[in-house]
Amino acid sequence: MQKPEKTLAEHPFFEGLASDLLKTIASCSVEANYKAGQIIYNEGDTANQFLLILDGKVAIEIFSAQRGSLTIKTIGSGDVLGWSWLFAPYRRRFDARALKKTSAIALDGKVLREKAEADHRLGYELLKRFSSVVVDRLNATSLQLLDIYGKHA
Amino acid sequence: MKAATKDVTMAIPHLVQQFTKETHDTFTLELVPSAGNAQFSFKAGQFNMLYLYGVGEVPISISGDPDDESKIAHTVRSYGAVTSRMMALKKEDWIGIRGPFGNHWPIEKLSGHDILLGAGGIGVAPLRPVLYYILSHREKYGKVALIYGERTPGDLIYRRQIEKWRGRFDLEIYVTVDSAREGWRGDVGVVTTLIPKTRIDPLKTVAFLCGPEIMMYYTIQEISKEGVTDDRIYISMERNMKCGSGFCGHCQVGPKFVCKHGPVFLFKDVKHLFWKREM
Repeated sequence: MQKPEKTLAEHPFFEGLASDLLKTIASCSVEANYKAGQIIYNEGDTANQFLLILDGKVAIEIFSAQRGSLTIKTIGSGDVLGWSWLFAPYRRRFDARALKKTSAIALDGKVLREKAEADHRLGYELLKRFSSVVVDRLNATSLQLLDIYGKHA
Repeated sequence: MKAATKDVTMAIPHLVQQFTKETHDTFTLELVPSAGNAQFSFKAGQFNMLYLYGVGEVPISISGDPDDESKIAHTVRSYGAVTSRMMALKKEDWIGIRGPFGNHWPIEKLSGHDILLGAGGIGVAPLRPVLYYILSHREKYGKVALIYGERTPGDLIYRRQIEKWRGRFDLEIYVTVDSAREGWRGDVGVVTTLIPKTRIDPLKTVAFLCGPEIMMYYTIQEISKEGVTDDRIYISMERNMKCGSGFCGHCQVGPKFVCKHGPVFLFKDVKHLFWKREM
């Protein structure tokens, strides 16, 4: 296994991040592996972690009493899972389930929040990158809501 | 002696040879001309006006193999009064055809290029003839990828054929749906999320896009970010086509008649008209 800093540096989410910040982030990281079908987290769980997906496939789901679990997005290698750890009240908003055997780097969000408070350069980099994830998700959701392939497109 | 000219206003009766239900609201008709009428040939991207006797006429892209002159295939999604009634057609019913109309995807001229096909919803139908053509002349092209977005897994058309094509080593096929229930193992997300997976070489790639304009708009934005320039992107525009020959003006977009100058346009040439309000 290569050094965590190198793995993080190679992940698209942290592309171009300064090496001292990578080192700080790497100190909060551990390997995480999930079996196919394994629940990674459920809506309402405390959000103190996020994952950088290295390999595999994860479904982000929302549960509806009438319709059961609905997948709203799937993500895979090169993607990041979870941004609720960065925003109060630090609770998961969706369910996440591994669809295939999935390997990831798990980052301790609680520790990173404290480090980001102490070092605003780190905080800005994290916010900038996670804001982009949230904006992409918001844009995608708008298109999904438009039902562009439906009869009223 | 003056050669007989084809009367583009006259619908020629065709027999429904096969009716295939693709999804709950989409079906494919395989049609053969009535006795005495010449065999039909077309190029990928062209459309016909289909006339359901006593009901009305609609423009529908040809979705079959351009090399197969024995039948004409049309895949239809039941959207309006005419297409809803067409869903009740069965084998050996009659339907009128005028066409083929419009220009075509310039696939024959793109030998040596990589081809990216981007389809949204029923937009996969006008692109299927391109895939047939490419597969018949596979050695002429580099990498070929299809990205296809739909609403749900139940709305995917040509599912068996796509699964079969996906098994080929010389085609990359990526499918996504906007939402799915538990049990779907494929991708979920908007069609643009598939673009990074194709790892296109912008200098070698030519893109053909067909789907709702909003889908093409966002797809163009994403492939432009990858470096594909406007002179390498072709789109198929859809408008309210009536006469099919540029006479009536129903499908006019600025100076262009979609039925006559299109439906396939080089994006560079229509960029100023595309996604424009009050047009």
